[in-house]
Amino acid sequence: MEARLSGKAHKYGKNVDTDVIIPGKYCNIIDPVELGKHALEGLDPEYTRKMKTGDVIVAETNFGCGSSREVAPIAIKGSGTSAVIAKSFARIFYRNALNIGLPIFESEAAVDGITDGDEIELEPATGKIVNRTKGQTYQAAEFPPFMRSLIDAGGLVPYVEKRLAESKK
Amino acid sequence: MGMTLTEKILARHAGLERVEPGQIINANVDLVLANELSAAVAIGVMRGIKGADRVFDRSRIALVEDHFVPAKDAQSAKLAKLMKDFAIEQEIVHFFDVGRGGIEHVVLPEEGLVAPGELIVGGDSHTCTYGAFGAFATGMGSTDIAAAFVLGEVWLKVPASIKLVYNGKLGPMVYAKDLMLRTVGELGIDGATYRAIEYHGTTVDELSITGRITMANMAIEAGAKNGIFHADAKTIAFVKERTNRDFAVDRADHDAVYERVVTIDAGSLEPQVACPHTPDNVHPISEVAADNVSVDQVFVGSCTNGYIEDLRIVAKILDGKKIASNVRVIVNPGSQKVWMQAAQEGVLTTLAAAGCVVNTPGCGACFGGHMGTLGDGERAISTTNRNYVGRMGSPKSEVFLASPATCAASALSGRITDPRVLELAGV
Repeated sequence: MEARLSGKAHKYGKNVDTDVIIPGKYCNIIDPVELGKHALEGLDPEYTRKMKTGDVIVAETNFGCGSSREVAPIAIKGSGTSAVIAKSFARIFYRNALNIGLPIFESEAAVDGITDGDEIELEPATGKIVNRTKGQTYQAAEFPPFMRSLIDAGGLVPYVEKRLAESKK
Repeated sequence: MGMTLTEKILARHAGLERVEPGQIINANVDLVLANELSAAVAIGVMRGIKGADRVFDRSRIALVEDHFVPAKDAQSAKLAKLMKDFAIEQEIVHFFDVGRGGIEHVVLPEEGLVAPGELIVGGDSHTCTYGAFGAFATGMGSTDIAAAFVLGEVWLKVPASIKLVYNGKLGPMVYAKDLMLRTVGELGIDGATYRAIEYHGTTVDELSITGRITMANMAIEAGAKNGIFHADAKTIAFVKERTNRDFAVDRADHDAVYERVVTIDAGSLEPQVACPHTPDNVHPISEVAADNVSVDQVFVGSCTNGYIEDLRIVAKILDGKKIASNVRVIVNPGSQKVWMQAAQEGVLTTLAAAGCVVNTPGCGACFGGHMGTLGDGERAISTTNRNYVGRMGSPKSEVFLASPATCAASALSGRITDPRVLELAGV
């Protein structure tokens, strides 16, 4: 994961569901870049045209509700979006995002403070969110200790490899 | 301090005396499920895990072809084949191809793959359906499913439980679907996020297994991790007809701790409709019907309401009648077994004679995949579980969610209709 991410904020409302993040008809695509071409298509068909690599999605509560499709965070990452900041995340999306390495930040203050188009800088390792346009700094909620240890270990795959090695001893 | 039903199942699968909400556990899984979409990604992840050549137990994995099958196009065929090849390579016992399965959540209980007290994870959010049988069941993404394929265990955060208590006798033409839509309306689509839902009360005790399936299925629509019923004589009879393996029947302790208790009066409930574009935008049918809402498509099917009981309700209402000229009606039996049963009972003939088209079992129409996709400006009433923008096709279409009876009544009139009107008319 990169130490520092930066880009422009694209702000959306609450309950951004997986059907609008990546509509069902695209769920037979596996390639992240192909998926990325349709990221947020159901919510904002202009998103992939107006965004630039590094940009950040900012949304209200319950981001990613609905289906368990892992292609939802994969599409966001595949579009070149660097991270999602939201007031809260739906359960399965939260887990999927961490598993596929899409940085997510949970912060009410940041979402309230950020306006569409603001320049944002993010530090995934510390959860620090800087709004360069407004000169404000916010701190995302810390990951629970177990999640933190998974992230620090490089994600679920290295964790599984370790468990497998232990069980074979 | 006692434990909830969910806590008891999780504790046993983690090899612990007790667990508490918020605790992280490693739990053994009894069954891991995937469909061709979630499996395709999971198989790719598994190939990248060092030392993971084989699945943990080839008899504890269920792979069901159901989302884009019979293959919509070459790309969909590629995913279906990818899963089939994997099933052959890993000698997966429970692999269901087209014609031998159907919708995963309809198939697994039918095949005796779900029993009380078990822990099931699946690469589909509606895996929570198996809570109908007193199992802990939850949906996950493909990376977690890949991990479960090889380890036979998952890490879980123990959820706090919300107790839902339903009292009263359901009125005519009011069903489990109406109860659950009302529940999602009450809780909100994030009202149970990171929580377990435990269903209680005389109303749900009276429900059939199908009714409980409908309710557990939509626990995710309130954001819940799982939704669970206590297994009773009905559950045990259903499961024992389909499997002879041993299972544990758990009960929540009398002093179990619930985060909150919500009471719902089922006796006064009228049929409910979730209006566009969220499943918690729920209104009584009298309110919605008063707006004279015409529909272009009626859909009956899915893991929520694609069971024989559902099709019988629709056939009874449509028997000897014709659907309205402005509407098309698509009926999708949930599985090959449901399809055959409906054929034997004459249900399919009744539906076809009324002007419905009967599709092959699958998930296609429900998620806007294929076989019933809505176009710009079209409106549907559907027995499915989600109505987000573009869920069944065009982002400019609208989906109303309702029971099979309300959908059938609407098929006859071509607009959203209170099925109790038919009851009064002696249908």
